[in-house]
Amino acid sequence: MAADKVDPIHQFHINKLIPIEIGGYDLSFTNSALFMVATVVVASAFLYLSTSSRSLVPTRLQSVSEMAYEFVGNMLRDAAGTQGMKFFPLVFSLFMFVLVANLLGLFPYFFTVTSHIIVTFGLAALVIGTVVVYGFMKHGLGFLKLFVPHGVPIYLLPLVVLIEVISFVSRPVSLSVRLFANMLAGHITLKVFSGFVVSLSALGTLGIAGSVLPLAMAVALTALELLVAFLQAYVFAVLTCMYLNDALHPGH
Amino acid sequence: MFVTSAFAQESAPAVEGGHTGTEGDTHSATGVPAEAHGVFPPFDPATFPSQLLWLAITFGLFYLFLKKVVMPRVGGIIDVRNDRITQDLDHAARLKGEADAAVAAYEQELAEAKTKANAIGQQANDAAKAEAEAARKKVEAALDQKLGEAEARISSIKANAMKEVGTIAEDTASAIVEALVGGKASKAEIAAAVKSVAR
Repeated sequence: MAADKVDPIHQFHINKLIPIEIGGYDLSFTNSALFMVATVVVASAFLYLSTSSRSLVPTRLQSVSEMAYEFVGNMLRDAAGTQGMKFFPLVFSLFMFVLVANLLGLFPYFFTVTSHIIVTFGLAALVIGTVVVYGFMKHGLGFLKLFVPHGVPIYLLPLVVLIEVISFVSRPVSLSVRLFANMLAGHITLKVFSGFVVSLSALGTLGIAGSVLPLAMAVALTALELLVAFLQAYVFAVLTCMYLNDALHPGH
Repeated sequence: MFVTSAFAQESAPAVEGGHTGTEGDTHSATGVPAEAHGVFPPFDPATFPSQLLWLAITFGLFYLFLKKVVMPRVGGIIDVRNDRITQDLDHAARLKGEADAAVAAYEQELAEAKTKANAIGQQANDAAKAEAEAARKKVEAALDQKLGEAEARISSIKANAMKEVGTIAEDTASAIVEALVGGKASKAEIAAAVKSVAR
């Protein structure tokens, strides 16, 4: 079992809990799916129960829910203006989902949903898909002005358009990889330092004394990971707001 | 880098598991496919369809729940609170206005009362002055009259006295003449002499 604990990759394994296979695709209910459900249930239950009293003077938990709501609302309004508020439910659910998934992942033995690139990529693709679909629906071909900035000399235009297109295409990649890599790296580091504690303390008295150092490191890293969990949810939401702003006002 | 280290870590427990037996059983029971493939789990495409499906289901439900239930509720709470705060502020502003009006009314009344009091004082002052003036004039008039009377009496007394002075002089002159001359001078002569001397 000791060797198992030292393996920093073990926490990212996908285990089938209820095997399901449809049309040759493996659609099993896995531990990843379980923690997606847990994330949604925890976030929904918190938001629902904390606001159930609807008190004028909020309780602590209610004010947490309200703070999250107003925080995301202000973020979206600052980035995309009042027109952007039609995307408020999307941005708010993205923020809450990523935040709660990150936070749940910090519990020992819990699976971190956002440490799998396909999950973060799915969320990023949802954002970019919304931007593209809404952009073309609202502006038609005028949405393509997004790639043609104003005031660029005509001989530079092909180069600039190329750069703009590349930057647009790389957005879903950067959005998903940023979140995924932060979660993955943080959890691996945490596991490695915790593994040091276990393997050092197996070496006798001197080892136990020496294991204090990686233990302190693991505690500090846990605090850092808590910060990263918030920060990455925030970054994801902010970037979503900025991309949605492009869909609303493509002409810069 | 990650993949190779994963490999190294991966193979170690597999070998150990073989030794202990129970370890190996649990591993095979959980049936970790990633280990079999030897792929770093987050990059294992075999898990993609299931993860995407469950992400779509869970996130879709979460989105709908937030949109239909949570956000109207939280937004409602915040709106109600903002309304209430604006209402209370309006109420406070109205009360302040009323208080200001009351202060203004009070000050105006105070100013009116002051001017009134001043007017009454002035009036009383004027009346007292006029009365005093009248009394002074009356007293002066009375004094003037008494002075006139006194002067008239003095002049009459003086005239009487002057008249008596002539008689006394005539008497004295006749007595002197009698004593000196021994004869009697007539009354008319003596009166004429006295008159000429008295002039």
